[in-house]
Amino acid sequence: MSPPQPPAATPPRRSDRSPWNWLLIVPIVVPLLVPLYNQRDPELFGWPFFYWVQLVFVALGVLTTGLVYRMTRRSKADQAVSARAADRPTRDGGR
Amino acid sequence: MPRVNTVEVTIFVLFFLLVTVLGFLASRWRRGDTLMHLDEWGLGGRSFGSWITWFLIGGDIYTAYTFVAVPALVFGAGAAGFFAVPYTVVVYPLIFLVVIRLWSVSHVRGFVTPADFVRSRFDSPTMALLVAITGIVATMPYIALQLVGIEAVLKTMGVTGEWPIIAAFVILAVYTYNSGLRAPALIAFVKDILIYLTIIVAVIVIPSKLGGWEAIFGAADAKFTAAKSGGVLLGQAGQLQYATLALGSALALFLYPHSITGTLAAKNRDVLKRNMSALPIYSLALGFIALLGFMAIAAGTTPVGTDANTIVPRLFQDMFPSWFAGIAFAAVGIGALVPAAIMSIAAANLFTRNIYKEYLRRDASPAQEAKVAKIASLVVKLGAVAAILLIDPQFSIDLQLIGGVIILQTLPSVAIGLYTRWLHRGALIAGWVAGMGAGMLMLYNVPRVGPGGVVLREHWGGSAFSLGKLGLDTTYTVYAGFLALLVNLLVTVVVTVVLRAMHVDDGVDGTSPSDYTAEREDPSVRDLPDPLSDEPLTGPATTPRH
Repeated sequence: MSPPQPPAATPPRRSDRSPWNWLLIVPIVVPLLVPLYNQRDPELFGWPFFYWVQLVFVALGVLTTGLVYRMTRRSKADQAVSARAADRPTRDGGR
Repeated sequence: MPRVNTVEVTIFVLFFLLVTVLGFLASRWRRGDTLMHLDEWGLGGRSFGSWITWFLIGGDIYTAYTFVAVPALVFGAGAAGFFAVPYTVVVYPLIFLVVIRLWSVSHVRGFVTPADFVRSRFDSPTMALLVAITGIVATMPYIALQLVGIEAVLKTMGVTGEWPIIAAFVILAVYTYNSGLRAPALIAFVKDILIYLTIIVAVIVIPSKLGGWEAIFGAADAKFTAAKSGGVLLGQAGQLQYATLALGSALALFLYPHSITGTLAAKNRDVLKRNMSALPIYSLALGFIALLGFMAIAAGTTPVGTDANTIVPRLFQDMFPSWFAGIAFAAVGIGALVPAAIMSIAAANLFTRNIYKEYLRRDASPAQEAKVAKIASLVVKLGAVAAILLIDPQFSIDLQLIGGVIILQTLPSVAIGLYTRWLHRGALIAGWVAGMGAGMLMLYNVPRVGPGGVVLREHWGGSAFSLGKLGLDTTYTVYAGFLALLVNLLVTVVVTVVLRAMHVDDGVDGTSPSDYTAEREDPSVRDLPDPLSDEPLTGPATTPRH
């Protein structure tokens, strides 16, 4: 993919970029490395590794996306500034 | 044919009636100013909070067909059918950053469909038309498949004939006509409660009846070893197919117009981001549902006739008392209505905005637009019913497979377009044509292979394209949609380089870079009328948690 265009000078200037976003690669790549988990052992509660580990991947996805969301959230101050600029209440999204 | 099971049918019908009432009540729920505006009708007033969005997108992605077909696939082929789990794990981190950009630019510029975006971004009505047609064509068989899910349940209950399906869809058609996206959002609550209840009970009750998980996996292993096809683990040659099918399906999922409709209805970017980490809870449920296929093997369940899709309903019938089986069947039936409703609304939006208004009637007023969208959604649903009644259901399953391959061909314009405008509009069209052609050619050359390696059918037999056909010395197979997308991307990039070198005009970008990061509070973001907040049903939506 080509790099995004540089942001225009028009306000509000923001960026989706954050080093935390790189974490998202982990839950994308790991479940696709099929040869690493296409095996029976170790079993868990009678489940072959192939099956239970893929449910563990679900948890991995939840944790990484959740972490990236928390770390890239806008600060309250930023939200308040844009809300004031628009003269509207912040609604949901604070905290 | 089994006799009609009265208890099951009674419970099923009761829940269906409940849902119908909810559908009509939905038009009063969180109503904005007027339903006669397309945004209002088609996007639910764009004001859904975290909880509703979760139910809505969940109802959209994890459909009745999924619940019936995935375990049927696991029942028949084993591990290969489990791809649905990595697919729904990979999809959320993959689109995490993409959907929020789409949300922002759509809310600044008033886009309702992916084709609206492409039209404005690349200044190309032609590419927008291609995106719209691709979306409609890919969605239609998807709607028809929801009916296949209902049909499987009805068959198992011993209800035959065509009128029950017609009745179910008349109800669906009437209430979405009445209340747009609100109806499916509200019904999704009921559907999910029933689905989760069914799964939890199934996972506790069935393994204990069958002698534990060890016995279940053991029985599956024995069956596949005896049949010499499929397996509890993937064969060497099937691993690449498994990974590419999971990745390709994940890339395709949020290109479907109905996923985009659900996404745009979210209240703000944070709602979407939170949902990207909350939606995988459904994937966990899907993992357990998939294993129902192995439970059916261990229980010695047999399908009704030759319809493999009845395997899960039959398992429930064997394992549960009739009243609970009725609840489980209602879960599948209602699970079919939610996505079918959203899909028909999304297809109708595409038709109205990108075909009717663009090519048939440029001066249509918002009220006319809303009216055409309503009628189009009705026509789409009728088309799906007709398809099921008139055509062999197997055909719609094949069409859905093709749908996944073709919707992927809109990825360069819709998804990459959110990041860069470097790709030339002419090149996007060329890439689409090439990807479509390659995809169709590959699907045509996939034979359907039965147990023991017997070729049942020469063509259109699935999406696992054998690399051996390209002259490579291998037995590996790859998801055809994935290869077609690579062809598309290659052509798009090469033609872009050529057109840019020739200085061919690439039009005017109708969006500005700051549109893609706009937040709800920004003055540039369109703010639709505040939803009523004092109605009882808004409870979870006004106080989202995470």
